[in-house]
Amino acid sequence: MSVQTWTYIIVGATFALYIFIAIWSRAGSTREFYVAGGGVPPLANGMATAADWMSAASFISMAGLISFMGYDGSVYLMGWTGGYVLLALLLAPYLRKFGKFTVPDFIGDRYYSDVARTVAVICALFVSFTYVAGQMRGVGVVFSRFLEVPITWGIIIGMGIVFFYAVLGGMKGITYTQVAQYCVLIFAFMVPAIFISIQLTGNPIPQLGFGGTVEGGKTLLEKLDGLHKELGFNAYTNGSKSMIDVFFITAALMVGTAGLPHVIVRFFTVPRVKDARLSAGYALVFIAILYTTAPAIAAFARTNLITTIQDKKAYVAMPEWFKKWEATGLIAWVDKNKDGQVQYFPGKPFVGKPSFKEGKGTSGERVVTNQLNSNKNELYIDRDIMVLANPEIAQLPNWVIALVAAGGLAAALSTAAGLLLVISTSVSHDLIKKQLNPNISEKGELLYARLSAAVAVVIAGLFGIYPPGFVAQVVAFAFGLAAASFFPAIVLGIFDKRMNREGAIAGMITGLLFTIAYIVYFKFLGGTKAGWWWGISPEGIGTLGMFINALVALVVSRNTATPPQQVQEMVESIRYPRGAGEAQDH
Amino acid sequence: MNDQKNIKNYWKTNLRYLLVLLSIWFVVSYGFGILLVEPLNTIKLGGFKLGFWFAQQGSIFTFVILIFVYVRLMNKLDKKYEVDEE
Repeated sequence: MSVQTWTYIIVGATFALYIFIAIWSRAGSTREFYVAGGGVPPLANGMATAADWMSAASFISMAGLISFMGYDGSVYLMGWTGGYVLLALLLAPYLRKFGKFTVPDFIGDRYYSDVARTVAVICALFVSFTYVAGQMRGVGVVFSRFLEVPITWGIIIGMGIVFFYAVLGGMKGITYTQVAQYCVLIFAFMVPAIFISIQLTGNPIPQLGFGGTVEGGKTLLEKLDGLHKELGFNAYTNGSKSMIDVFFITAALMVGTAGLPHVIVRFFTVPRVKDARLSAGYALVFIAILYTTAPAIAAFARTNLITTIQDKKAYVAMPEWFKKWEATGLIAWVDKNKDGQVQYFPGKPFVGKPSFKEGKGTSGERVVTNQLNSNKNELYIDRDIMVLANPEIAQLPNWVIALVAAGGLAAALSTAAGLLLVISTSVSHDLIKKQLNPNISEKGELLYARLSAAVAVVIAGLFGIYPPGFVAQVVAFAFGLAAASFFPAIVLGIFDKRMNREGAIAGMITGLLFTIAYIVYFKFLGGTKAGWWWGISPEGIGTLGMFINALVALVVSRNTATPPQQVQEMVESIRYPRGAGEAQDH
Repeated sequence: MNDQKNIKNYWKTNLRYLLVLLSIWFVVSYGFGILLVEPLNTIKLGGFKLGFWFAQQGSIFTFVILIFVYVRLMNKLDKKYEVDEE
């Protein structure tokens, strides 16, 4: 059977499963809609958290990014896992004991202020929308390549599915679809990894094959470093970013992870404080399975890619996958020296993303109209395709290729759903119920939750169709913003009893404004690399934003009134697990 | 419920656990994986350079272990100070 037939079958079957679960677990109350009734077992919550967490970026883009970045890619590996240690040790148990529905709930109550609550709501919306745009784009990429529908239609189909179970099922529907989606995505990620690991190194465990030996007795990484040197790239295991930048980006991603509202809110869904701690542990196990495999895949893919190009040389001899991806515009080749052979060297072959004109070049390639750079490199490869193309590059059976498509969709949809829930909860609970109309009935609130989820789906889709950058990069900003806003406010709220309203608000606002200003200036207003402060890139600036936030908060709080007695008692009570009870409305 | 002093000890012990665990967290990732990556890369672990291995594999394994150690320690501590949930 062809790849396309397999893809229709496997993607169709998984979608049917998600819809079935959505109908079976639809929410009847706001408690079910917001926190799945508060009765999710820790193991299931761990799995759901892992799916919630691992986005289109983790599944589709991350291994590809690492593949092109080598050692520098470690920032994503450590950054997106180390945050769970912070989450488990500094946030999850206490927020579970606090026992409300949302992150703005905590900020609003802890800082006895609707201004703080509103700042938190705005941060939550901002972070979630930035993040969800990347997911929808991921859905579009998968659809366009595997089902050969235009990206726009892919996004519309994805929106339809998420709409169905997020709007209907709320947190309860999302949790159990996420459990299913985790199973699909991890299976889809591991199967090709194991196949390729055996092919290249003879070891079925990718984490070991990564350090294994290839034909000729060299280790895989030595071979790869050698290939890189030959072509003039930096050694794969060394990287090229400055140490301080690697440090700051890793920290921004870690702290950002711990501050992401859609991850935090998952810990409101378990019955007890000790379940919150335990489920953070399970979540990291499930995440680590993918995150320790991804760098192995990255190295395998890189080796396969370079050797394929070196072996075949001529464009006309390139394998089928090369031409299929060229058709989607994610691979492009310009024959700069007119020899009909594909030359692959460091540097971008031309300016920007490829744009094509009608007709074919002399070797039958698509003709690129971009302005060419003066280097020798003739090949453009979009990083997002590495995981998706990997099974084809390694010539795996068609069903494996189709499985990867289904896995990519599971990853994107599960994360999108989690984010949409945060968006809808922020509007219906934190804005409408808590501020605009406190007397609203539960039924009314639930209706608003569903309506805002529906509106959010549409906006997310538009972001996906008109994307502000490529998948992983967009996501990276959400982290910087989360790191600079929520994380210090929550941690100080738990560990510093003296922290007050004035301090927290001042901290969040300065942290956020600073981070946004830095990112906007260096990304969109023509700031150049030479102007980076201490060599810190916009991706890593959230770390500095976090310190500024904390510093401002501490200074301001020490010079203003102590928080009221009942708030201090609340801080005292969340430090001890006994009497957690169920997440509840007030 | 326990008297004030006991409950203070519970919180202090908790903070001490956090300090130790987070120090390990910092050392394996920022220490071995970033700051000390070059000296460690001169050491080989199977087919890996050690610094590179910590950055792409070892730190993640350690993170997992840290959380489970924390879960164990806290469950015990909760019981000892009788602040555990039934």
